[in-house]
Amino acid sequence: MKPARFDYVRAESVAHAVEALAGAGGDGKVLAGGQSLMPMMNFRLVKPSVLVDINRIPGLDRIARRGDRIALGALVRHRMTAEDPLIARHVPVLHAAMKHVAHLTVRNRGTFCGSVCHADPAAEMPMMSLLLDATLAITSPRGSRTLPARDFFVGSLATALEPDEMVTEIEMDIPPPGTGWGFEEFARRHGDYALAAVAVTLERRDGRAHDVRLAVMGVGEMPARLGAVEALLEGATLDAARLDEAVDALRAAITPTGDLNASADYRRHLAGVLARRALKDAWTRAGELPA
Amino acid sequence: MSARAEITVTVNGLTHTRAVDPRLLLSDFLRHELGLTGTHVGCEHGVCGACTILLDGRSARSCLMLAVQADGAAIDTVEGLGSMEALGRVQQAFRDHHALQCGFCTPGFLMTITDMLRHHALESDAQIREALSGNICRCTGYEHIVNAVRELARERGPLK
Repeated sequence: MKPARFDYVRAESVAHAVEALAGAGGDGKVLAGGQSLMPMMNFRLVKPSVLVDINRIPGLDRIARRGDRIALGALVRHRMTAEDPLIARHVPVLHAAMKHVAHLTVRNRGTFCGSVCHADPAAEMPMMSLLLDATLAITSPRGSRTLPARDFFVGSLATALEPDEMVTEIEMDIPPPGTGWGFEEFARRHGDYALAAVAVTLERRDGRAHDVRLAVMGVGEMPARLGAVEALLEGATLDAARLDEAVDALRAAITPTGDLNASADYRRHLAGVLARRALKDAWTRAGELPA
Repeated sequence: MSARAEITVTVNGLTHTRAVDPRLLLSDFLRHELGLTGTHVGCEHGVCGACTILLDGRSARSCLMLAVQADGAAIDTVEGLGSMEALGRVQQAFRDHHALQCGFCTPGFLMTITDMLRHHALESDAQIREALSGNICRCTGYEHIVNAVRELARERGPLK
């Protein structure tokens, strides 16, 4: 199929882009990498009246370190994130996640912020934004605001973004040195959307886990941090018994649905298996820090 | 705005200027406006990889881009890789290894592989298969395609 008609705006600046969105009467769309939006337009699942192409806006394609945070502009492509040496060194859990993002050709075009805005419950970037306590920088003609990722996702493919707003940047935590991490994903074929995935970071001090973060995707309407599991593991030694408890708590905390790829029960089981592996990896990788 | 936009693109080294409807996909622009029908359209939603081209030297799905977005870009399509009389190196490797049967997916594979040979480690079969994972072939079972890429990877120069 082909896209329905739309007015095309090649935005020259963020201000130009959001003016065009505001003028679209509520059904404008931002076109960045287009790797999710264009298929939906080709299927006519989405028929924007105005398509605002942000690809030529200067300055949005940067990755910048700000103290213990890292910022990715709205035009940072998956390939840039996957190949960035700062991320590979200081945010290895994100570097590991990027290897699972679609295929290399899709990574040449798709953007991190675009994937977050698309909010697919089985895509890596929304989950990683939760794991790394991301903040989104949002602009509209009415001004600018920031929103934590945990308040951004409101449902499957649904976000808190208003029709005249665009995300200009996402800022995420750089975990402290020595932080252990684990990332486990299972998909039917490499690069496919995940059936389930689990990402973990934790610090290890005095033989105990601290600041445990655990995020899941593919097992609910939205990616999620599982606070109950994190709390269970806070201050704990991650031995076999505690991992069993964590896996049970995780399976109790999620509400996966079945589809033609996997039943709900299978996804629940799988998420537990992946969580056990990710937690073990994080525990093993964590450098022992002074208490 | 929804009016036709004039674009100038360089395809396989030749520069073209055309007025296009904003909703015209790049794949259709190449095929219908420029007559370059080597770029195939399979699924038209970014899954099959048959429409893969190089956009400023990197592989991209031409069905997931608008022609108007390519204004000012340099595009390479399968027609630029070689000719019937003088196959390009990637094409020759496909021929030598029987890496195609019906040939529908082949242009997309050839363009993907051209990008991967320039930019990606292809040291193991696992890396080769990952590099090819975005292209679907329903005939070959992939073995002969992997064989062709393995040979190409062995003889190539350093990565860019």
